[in-house]
Amino acid sequence: MSPNLWYVLLIGVLFAAGVALLLERSLTRVVMGVVLLGNGANLLILTTGRAGGAPIVGTTPQDQMSDPLPHAMILTAIVITFGMTAFLLAMAYRSWYLTGHDEVQDDVEDRRIMRQAEQDRDRSEVGEDDTPDSEVAAAGAAAVIPTPRDPREHS
Amino acid sequence: MLVLLAAHALAALFAPWAVRQWGRSALYGLAVVPAGTLGWALTQFDQIRTGAVVESHPWVPELGLGLSFRLTTLPWLMVLLVSGVGTLVLIYSARYFHAEEAGLGRFAATFLAFAGAMLGLVVSDDLLLLYVFWELTTVFSYLLIGHDPARQTSRRAALQALLVTTLGGLAMLVGLIMLGQHAGSYRLSEVLAAAPPAAPYLTVALVLVLIGALSKSAIFPFSFWLPAAMAAPTPVSAYLHAAAMVKAGVFLMAMLSPAFAADSPWRAVVLTTGVVTMLLGGAAALRQHDLKLLLAYGTVSQLGLLTVALGAGTRAAALAGAAMLLAHALFKAALFLVVGIIDRATGTRDVRELSGLGRRMPVVCGLAVLAAASMAGLPPTLGFVAKEGVFAAFAAGGTVDRLVLAGLVTGSVLTVAYTLRFLWGAFGTRAGHPATAGERPGPLLVAPALVLAAVGLIAGAGAPVVDRLLSGYVSAFPETGADQHLALWHGPTVALALSGLALVAGLGLAWVISRRPSLTRGGLPVTGEDVYQWCRRWLDRLAVVLTAATQRGSLPFYLGTTLLVLVVFGGGVLLWGRLFPTTGPQSLAMTVPQLIVGAVAGGAAVFAARVQRRMTAAILVGVCGYAIAALFILHGAPDLALTQFLVETVSIVLFVLVLRRLPARFSERPARRTRRWRIAVGVAVGLVMSGLAYAAVAGRAAIPISVDFPELAFADGGGRNVVNVTLVDMRAWDTLGEISVLVVAGTGVASLIFRRSQAFTRRRGSRPVRGQRDRGWPWLMAGDSPEARRQSIMLQVVARLVFHPIVLFSLYLLFSGHNAPGGGFTGGLVAGLALTLRYLAGGRQELNAAAPADAGVVLGTGLLFAAGTGVAAMVLGGQVLQSALLDLQLPAFGEVHLVTSVFFDIGVYLIVIGLVLDILRSLGAEVDRQQEAGLPSRARMRVKEPV
Repeated sequence: MSPNLWYVLLIGVLFAAGVALLLERSLTRVVMGVVLLGNGANLLILTTGRAGGAPIVGTTPQDQMSDPLPHAMILTAIVITFGMTAFLLAMAYRSWYLTGHDEVQDDVEDRRIMRQAEQDRDRSEVGEDDTPDSEVAAAGAAAVIPTPRDPREHS
Repeated sequence: MLVLLAAHALAALFAPWAVRQWGRSALYGLAVVPAGTLGWALTQFDQIRTGAVVESHPWVPELGLGLSFRLTTLPWLMVLLVSGVGTLVLIYSARYFHAEEAGLGRFAATFLAFAGAMLGLVVSDDLLLLYVFWELTTVFSYLLIGHDPARQTSRRAALQALLVTTLGGLAMLVGLIMLGQHAGSYRLSEVLAAAPPAAPYLTVALVLVLIGALSKSAIFPFSFWLPAAMAAPTPVSAYLHAAAMVKAGVFLMAMLSPAFAADSPWRAVVLTTGVVTMLLGGAAALRQHDLKLLLAYGTVSQLGLLTVALGAGTRAAALAGAAMLLAHALFKAALFLVVGIIDRATGTRDVRELSGLGRRMPVVCGLAVLAAASMAGLPPTLGFVAKEGVFAAFAAGGTVDRLVLAGLVTGSVLTVAYTLRFLWGAFGTRAGHPATAGERPGPLLVAPALVLAAVGLIAGAGAPVVDRLLSGYVSAFPETGADQHLALWHGPTVALALSGLALVAGLGLAWVISRRPSLTRGGLPVTGEDVYQWCRRWLDRLAVVLTAATQRGSLPFYLGTTLLVLVVFGGGVLLWGRLFPTTGPQSLAMTVPQLIVGAVAGGAAVFAARVQRRMTAAILVGVCGYAIAALFILHGAPDLALTQFLVETVSIVLFVLVLRRLPARFSERPARRTRRWRIAVGVAVGLVMSGLAYAAVAGRAAIPISVDFPELAFADGGGRNVVNVTLVDMRAWDTLGEISVLVVAGTGVASLIFRRSQAFTRRRGSRPVRGQRDRGWPWLMAGDSPEARRQSIMLQVVARLVFHPIVLFSLYLLFSGHNAPGGGFTGGLVAGLALTLRYLAGGRQELNAAAPADAGVVLGTGLLFAAGTGVAAMVLGGQVLQSALLDLQLPAFGEVHLVTSVFFDIGVYLIVIGLVLDILRSLGAEVDRQQEAGLPSRARMRVKEPV
């Protein structure tokens, strides 16, 4: 099959815009990114099938029909994207209700572990010994570090 | 043998209950199981002498893994030890533990389970089965050492023993598999009989197996876990750390050495580590003040001796080693039990505090002296016979053997010295020390130790009998001509002289040390314990560093990484694989409508990514969606276009419902800094996806699978609309999965919005309160509510009027979908739009009036319909989700052509309606209610509070 370059270009544009939105912090933008990505993916599936008349027996001669299999797949994808949009938007609303904004936060626990790794490195650079009781270190690096105040938590 | 193993397992399960029922005396009853095993083993004696007891049951034939057991001389000896000592220690435990001891039931269960695992280990003839039992003993020993989980030392020691022996066990597993593959069989007996040819491969396998065996038997450099494991209750130490578990490694070496001792690394590894362990352990024992630790280091030392004797691979050494195995189990278990008695009676095991116990407990002292004589190698005990046998075996060899012999004699000097230290420390009377107070032990506590010590003495006297018992094992080694036998008196030999030398030197050493204790200070600069702790610290740090490096906790970071992998690998393959055919036709031929619609879609997407107002972005995304729908039409896909139009419409409503509460603009912070990076990733992904689309389409050469779909749809599916038949028939499984996702999404939306479970009842909706009974239902039911007064009355009336026609149209789409554009999805979306219209016009009262149903029930009913259609087809004898064509003659309708898959489509229809209803009830009605109730976001409430 010969690719239609116009479609190829459009798919690229949709994916680029979708990804740019997907990498944002605002959940609303992430949802929109997912929708745009979905449109791009649907178009990608569509172009792999032949264009033609509506795939309805008796209306279009069989050799002029467009390929029905991509249609069935895309139809499923459209509806799933809709369900996902609804769910993510509900999450955005809930996030707004709880925190006053809809931004995706960094995981606090993960950041604590990063801080622990930095401390470990600093300590070994100074040449200090490790914590005397290795069991404490093993019990979970994160657990022993006091919870820092997250500057974003109260924004 | 399987019966015995099952008996142990059953007894272990039954033990906690028994202990709850009868207290600590239940242990007497439980001792019947190992005692029975001992009795059974004794009856097998004749068969062992003439051959082997074999038993085999299939287990996993695909892996060649069977429950195959084989009892030959050495396993038989181990069975005697495991069951005999096990019985005695259980009897001892019944009086050792206090009646109110916590966790006694668990102890009894674990102890019996351990005994069973140990039994399985020594009798199994399959290498993999042996490994399974091997690891089981490790796990149970972990539980037994950690008997008192409240003490940190106990937990640490248990974990240390577990980690060290499991590490060795894993190495051993690899070695066993290599060995099994090399020999072509996992049967231990066949591997030994075949004695595979030497090869570097075999060398690696043997070293790995030896690592497992040495770590299990606490041989240097793995010896550090055993002294730490003394945190266990003393009966556990007597059983696991004297008689049973630590012998497992030595036992495996003894089983393998007839076939492999001649191979290159074996003797070097075994002799070196054995001698080093014996010397280090003996020296360390001299430094101890705790009687139990003294015995533990003594055990380490003796295990070194056993390793040397049983791993050497000569008949004489093996015979003496097997005798030593028996002797050590007898005297060391007895001595541990003695320590337990002392500890129990006086509350201490420290030699600096004990004094005058020899007079207070003459019987205990006597039996301890007897067992200690065996340990030191004094005639006429079995310990003497065995040790002299070992000396004799190495005295006859070459230079290497002589060197080993020197090490062994030195080790024996240390043994004599620490034996004296033990006896003197436990029972001696120190000048200026008051006699230690303590109750006299009861006869049931002393008897087991007494039996063990006595057997050691009797076996020494009956050395020729022991010799004959062990001949079956010894004959497996290659014949050397110079045969040796166990006896108390061989005449004036080198070995006798060395025994005498060791005794005298040992006495002298003990005397010197008692004068100058400072001589024993010192030790290795780096111990195994240090290495272990260093490894653990290093692992902890590595884990933290690795986690910190990979788990950044930032969603954009994760997504960016994933997408970059796609760009690098996906794009790399596209470029490198030259997937772009440069020749051939390339169509740029676009119709003008396609060009326009495509430009609109692309432009809307780009602007949607740039704008700062939420609502504008939502509308642009919608525009993009509508443009795509138009492209679907131009491509020849009316079903898709219809669905996309409807979905976009509902989506816009959905966005509006949510965005009305959120701030109008996206927040700027901290987006600016990373903006370029995001755009770069986006453009890169776009380029790769464009390339992928080009390559995928240009690369298509085969005939599409769907070429027969139209015929199949018409003939088998009974419909003209190929897409719809594909959805409800040919690919119905896909659709079933998809509508399940919709159910989950709908339920998820509702549970995110209804904040409390009571609020969830509002998801059901309720009929509006009836006005006046005689007037019946008012036509505009919500007309009176304050909420409805804000709405346009005109819109309400129009919504009322068109509602029923739209629902009727949706039903038409549902039922005609099989032959014309439409179907369950589009029908459901249209009905959902009708509901949306009612809600938008009249608020939640109107919504409830239009759909007085629980959204969850609608979703469930739909799923039931869809899945029920599939199941019904199966019940009626077809495949799941197969459809049938029915031509019915109905009275009013005339001839009706019915396809069963229409019921599936009805399910789809209901689920889509349920999803839309769920969205309207939660994001619409419930959010309205929260807004009316004046509930701001919780965050804003927090700001108002005084801090």
